[in-house]
Amino acid sequence: MPKEGEDSLYTGLKDIVGEGFVSRGPEELYIYSRDSSANPPRRVDYVVMPSSVEEVQAVVRLASTRGIPLVPMGAALNLEGLTIPLKGGIVVDMRRMDRIIEVSEMDRYALIEAGVSQGKLISYLKENHPTLQHSVPDAPPSATVAGSCLICGYGHLSTNYGTHAEMVNALEVVLPSGELLRTGSAMLPTSLWFGRGSLPDLTGLFLGWLGTTGIVTKLSIRLYPRPPIRDMVIYMMQDCSIVPDVVYRITHTEMAEDVSIVGQERPEWMKGYQIIAAYVSAHTREELALKKKYLKRISEKDFKARVSFMEKAPGDLKEQFMELPFFATKVADWKKGGGFEYVGAVMPIDTLPEAWEKGIEIAHRYNMLYSYAIRVVEGGHHVLFTYSYPFNRADETSMQSALAALRETQKLSLDLGAIPWKPEVDGQKEIIKRMDKGTFRLMQRVRNLFDPKGIMNPGNWEVD
Amino acid sequence: MALDDFKDIIHRCFRCGYCKFTSNYSDFNCPPYNKFRLETFSPGGRMWLIRAMMLKDIEPSQHLADILYTCTMCANCVEECRFKFHDNIVDIIMEGKASLVEAGVVPPSVRDFFKNIYTNGNPWKEPQKKRGDWAKDAGIPHYKKGDEYLFYVGCIGSYDQRVQKMARAFGQLLLRSGISFGILGEEEYCDGNEVLMMGEEGLFEYLALKNIELFKEKGVKKIVTLSPHAYNAMLNKYPGLGGDFEVVHYTELLKELITSGRLKIPGTRKMKVTYHDPCFLGRWNSIYDEPREVLDSVHGIELVEMKRNRENAFCCGGGGGNFYTDIIGGGEQSPSRIRSREAAETGADIISVACPTCMTMMEDGLKGEDLDHKIKLMDISEIVLSAIIDAGESI
Amino acid sequence: MKMAGDKDHVYEGLKTIVGDAFVSRDIEELYMYSRDPGASIPRNADWVVLPNTTDEVREIVVLAKDMKIPVVPISGGLTLSGLAVPVKGGIVMDMRRMDRIVEVNEMSRYVVVESGVSQGKLLSFLKENYPMLRHSMPDAPPAASVVGNTLIYGSGHLSKHGAHSEMINGLEVVLGDGEILRLGSLAVSPYWFGRAPLPDLVSLFVNWFGTTGIVTRLSLKLYPAHPLRDMLIFLVQDPGTIPEAVSRITATDLMEDVLIVASRPPKSPSVISLLTVYLTAETPEELDFKKELFVDMFKDFGKEGSKIVFTPKEMLPQKLVHGFMEEPQYAAATADFKKGGGFEYVGVVLPLSMVPVAWKKGEDIAKKHGFDPLYTVRNVGLGHSVVFAFAYPFNRADEKSLKRSRDALADTNDMALEIGGTPWKSELEGQARIMARMDPMVLSVMHGIKKVMDPEGIMNPGNWEHG
Repeated sequence: MPKEGEDSLYTGLKDIVGEGFVSRGPEELYIYSRDSSANPPRRVDYVVMPSSVEEVQAVVRLASTRGIPLVPMGAALNLEGLTIPLKGGIVVDMRRMDRIIEVSEMDRYALIEAGVSQGKLISYLKENHPTLQHSVPDAPPSATVAGSCLICGYGHLSTNYGTHAEMVNALEVVLPSGELLRTGSAMLPTSLWFGRGSLPDLTGLFLGWLGTTGIVTKLSIRLYPRPPIRDMVIYMMQDCSIVPDVVYRITHTEMAEDVSIVGQERPEWMKGYQIIAAYVSAHTREELALKKKYLKRISEKDFKARVSFMEKAPGDLKEQFMELPFFATKVADWKKGGGFEYVGAVMPIDTLPEAWEKGIEIAHRYNMLYSYAIRVVEGGHHVLFTYSYPFNRADETSMQSALAALRETQKLSLDLGAIPWKPEVDGQKEIIKRMDKGTFRLMQRVRNLFDPKGIMNPGNWEVD
Repeated sequence: MALDDFKDIIHRCFRCGYCKFTSNYSDFNCPPYNKFRLETFSPGGRMWLIRAMMLKDIEPSQHLADILYTCTMCANCVEECRFKFHDNIVDIIMEGKASLVEAGVVPPSVRDFFKNIYTNGNPWKEPQKKRGDWAKDAGIPHYKKGDEYLFYVGCIGSYDQRVQKMARAFGQLLLRSGISFGILGEEEYCDGNEVLMMGEEGLFEYLALKNIELFKEKGVKKIVTLSPHAYNAMLNKYPGLGGDFEVVHYTELLKELITSGRLKIPGTRKMKVTYHDPCFLGRWNSIYDEPREVLDSVHGIELVEMKRNRENAFCCGGGGGNFYTDIIGGGEQSPSRIRSREAAETGADIISVACPTCMTMMEDGLKGEDLDHKIKLMDISEIVLSAIIDAGESI
Repeated sequence: MKMAGDKDHVYEGLKTIVGDAFVSRDIEELYMYSRDPGASIPRNADWVVLPNTTDEVREIVVLAKDMKIPVVPISGGLTLSGLAVPVKGGIVMDMRRMDRIVEVNEMSRYVVVESGVSQGKLLSFLKENYPMLRHSMPDAPPAASVVGNTLIYGSGHLSKHGAHSEMINGLEVVLGDGEILRLGSLAVSPYWFGRAPLPDLVSLFVNWFGTTGIVTRLSLKLYPAHPLRDMLIFLVQDPGTIPEAVSRITATDLMEDVLIVASRPPKSPSVISLLTVYLTAETPEELDFKKELFVDMFKDFGKEGSKIVFTPKEMLPQKLVHGFMEEPQYAAATADFKKGGGFEYVGVVLPLSMVPVAWKKGEDIAKKHGFDPLYTVRNVGLGHSVVFAFAYPFNRADEKSLKRSRDALADTNDMALEIGGTPWKSELEGQARIMARMDPMVLSVMHGIKKVMDPEGIMNPGNWEHG
């Protein structure tokens, strides 16, 4: 790296965003070279925080002329190092661009900049549009809305409405050339942001691509009605082989808003159980009662002695379970160690029992307790099975253990026919190994079309 | 009738495709479309091509002739088309064929069909003299004035070996019932239904008038036909040409004879039977119940329905002259082989038919599927007769 | 310039691939496949071929690519906007021999179908074999194809779950160079349960009208089927109230489908607008609860002249009610409104809030060209958008009538674009209007994508082509 005074790239970046919003100092580089996962740090050369689309375009153009990698970043809470450069370069932290530009109550969408946090949108809607909500992932409120969408994330409305990628209407993207593209209903100059639209779909080119096709600057996300009443019911069983059936019947009623399955060894009473939490929302007490009645019938009619039913969360757990977002992050401190990482495996639900049993083997082999959270997605079309491994950041062995367990779990998932969600580099390579060769070639050709210089988060979705 | 009569209708086909299906959309029910799959072979395709021919956008050709003559006139399209003019679809197809006849562009086998019927009174150029031979040793009388019913047998029943048994069986039942009836034997002419369906209106008229004159001369008042095709012609077309007779199909008459007690069916025939609705009895003339009721009155029979039955019955492929011309062709996707497979799926011991055309087509179909040893082909008369014989009764 | 020898070479080549019986270059086939039931002027096809397997599709594409001949896939052929009619001649590939329902995964609620499977076949197959599952059915004739409708942003009876293109888990496709790909989770897993979490390549076939490749198989999401299905019908006095009404209805997420239809019945002096809400349930108790809820919702809605009036089914002509309840609805009836066997419509995806504007402008256009307004407006998602269709029936035998419809369609396309909607399954004319308004960057990306997927430009060329 040239000295600061002789670094023309640094000067160029300063000219674009202003001195206060670009850094090559050791502190920034330290923070941005690591995330809260167990992954080892990687080299970062610059961190830049643009405040407008024009600034993003200018940064991209500059990087493009120099052939310097760019890595767009939200809150870096993917826990897979996806926002940490693999080949050095510039991390583009989007969080100054955090305006909520427009909320249409009638057309049920929110147009936001890419840096808007979950927390900001949650509170903004609660305050200004209390009859609307967006799907909130079980992540800290500092996570970005756009980030969750672009990695096909999941949230509390996913059981009903799918992945967060499926909730995207339209995007504004700065392409690797520095040019600006609008997709979805915003493809036309009238630029309405209400829908995915019926013109040739370009939105998909930025969903699941992990930032390798461009930097999203604006995103329109679907909003959903927020019924005033929200409650939950719980099913408990001790036989993971019946879980798919129970879930099937729950989702068949179409009365649960969010269905998650939890499996943990602590507290002691949870060990050996599969707990299905089904959230129910309603506009009236009558509606809630009706829905709960039909959900209760499942355990009575079809599963009798094998499933016990609770009409609400047990007192002490209720607040925890009912919080939005669900404070899943607390796992991070289970080893009193400030860290956890998980494999999220996307799988069909009837793979669940095998995934459950085999996951326990792995966890125990690494002297860990198993900790599962499984979200049912879009009416059971698939589930996200997460295996969490907390670690003590201050203990290298602990981190290595966690990493080893994660790798093995990832391999297990792939062998079961599941696909790791938002995989880190090694996971990506495993996926590519198993991927239809022609499909991967198309991915590369598409990327090459947008990014012939290979500057967009390079190293991701690549083979050596 | 002429194609011009339909000029206000023919362009109204939307090619929406309802006509291709059964009523629950589970299968394609248009035999040529199911086999050939080109859009031209669907009813909508025929409608659009006939219009194109009318507008002189295309010329008559052998390929167009194949397209039109693969149509077996099964009327599934009439049954399923949702538009107000659905009744006219078969008429338009008939008229389309008539245009081809006029232009002299028909498949050679069609040309032969017409020629042979004109010269020999039947498609196979069999001698007219031998038309009544099938009845010789069966004691079936010749029609004489004053007989209640003329038993009209038709070409297939008269000349096809297998179908002759069907004719004899019905004859026996009539004898047993004590009804006065007779056949025309070597005086019988082709009824002309298929000729009409194939567009030779002139020849049809010739045949019809010839028959009407003959029937009147013989003092015929009531006709019972073996074939639903003849039934259709005589019931629906002859009156317009001056031939007003009381026409019934043999299953209708059997039903009446059984109900009135004139025909008793002793004995038990413990069999699983499936019934194949003939197009010209079912969809063309809405007769679905009588044949089933006749089967029901045979003690011990268990009636099992094929997946496609009644209005949804899949045509055997013999109509529109195809029993002779075979333009629709054979192979795994031939209608009769498909229908044979469908019959076998019911687990039935017997597939029952009520039409000479169906009988001859299904005979080939079952053979083609190697099912002829597994499932027996019988017509309704044969089933009834066999019950009587089993009971030890003499005929 | 193509030599006669080349043409024979293609013909022989096609015959070698699929067999003599499934290729044609006869006038009759070319006549049929050069037109669809809409108002488009016919365009020539050169060959028609019916493949039976994905391998045969691939071989045909390779042949076409070598000879630089267009390939145009057709399944149901009912877009009415001529999307399956060649623009630059070539081979029409009729997919309907490939009509197998390959797999149903009941637990994960998806079905894998070949491209030739008709809506009717899937409907009756599921009813018979998987009564707890259903797919979202468009109000098109049952001969319409599942894959075709899904790839062009269709919508239907399960509209609360969104547009049909959102229900695609994955695809098997053949690209312009003959390569066969699997997209969606099947690229990596034996299961076809979703697009996520892989990079979304499926979207490169959604609304691209076959210009990026030929889809041979598709995995479609299925949904719970409930034994009871019923509907509520409301009379709409003022179209200005529609957004609020749909918004309230969809806020409950207790309905399956909300559809507004407007037409002038034969003996009526004015247009009648009806709002229909479809409900399903496991039990009569559940159904009654839902019905009561929606009837109550509109008890005090609006002032005189702006009400949404609940109309019990018994009070309406039973033929109408029966028609509404049919699966699919017999929308094709429109084709004979002019006793002319034809209709075409512009369908626009709009935000709910724009319905009144579109309604009024549609009335102006209808009046200008001598039509009565003939609308359907379907909610897609939970009020997330609507598909607003403006229909113009014509008499196929009357050239003037055809022209009138075409002119009205063109005006409607323009209007739709002006107010910011996106037309769905636009015919060539409409595509040109859309592209004339698109940002150059969008056009450039579209062009780039097509070039990647179809280097020789043989995939339904002429569509989505600018300049």
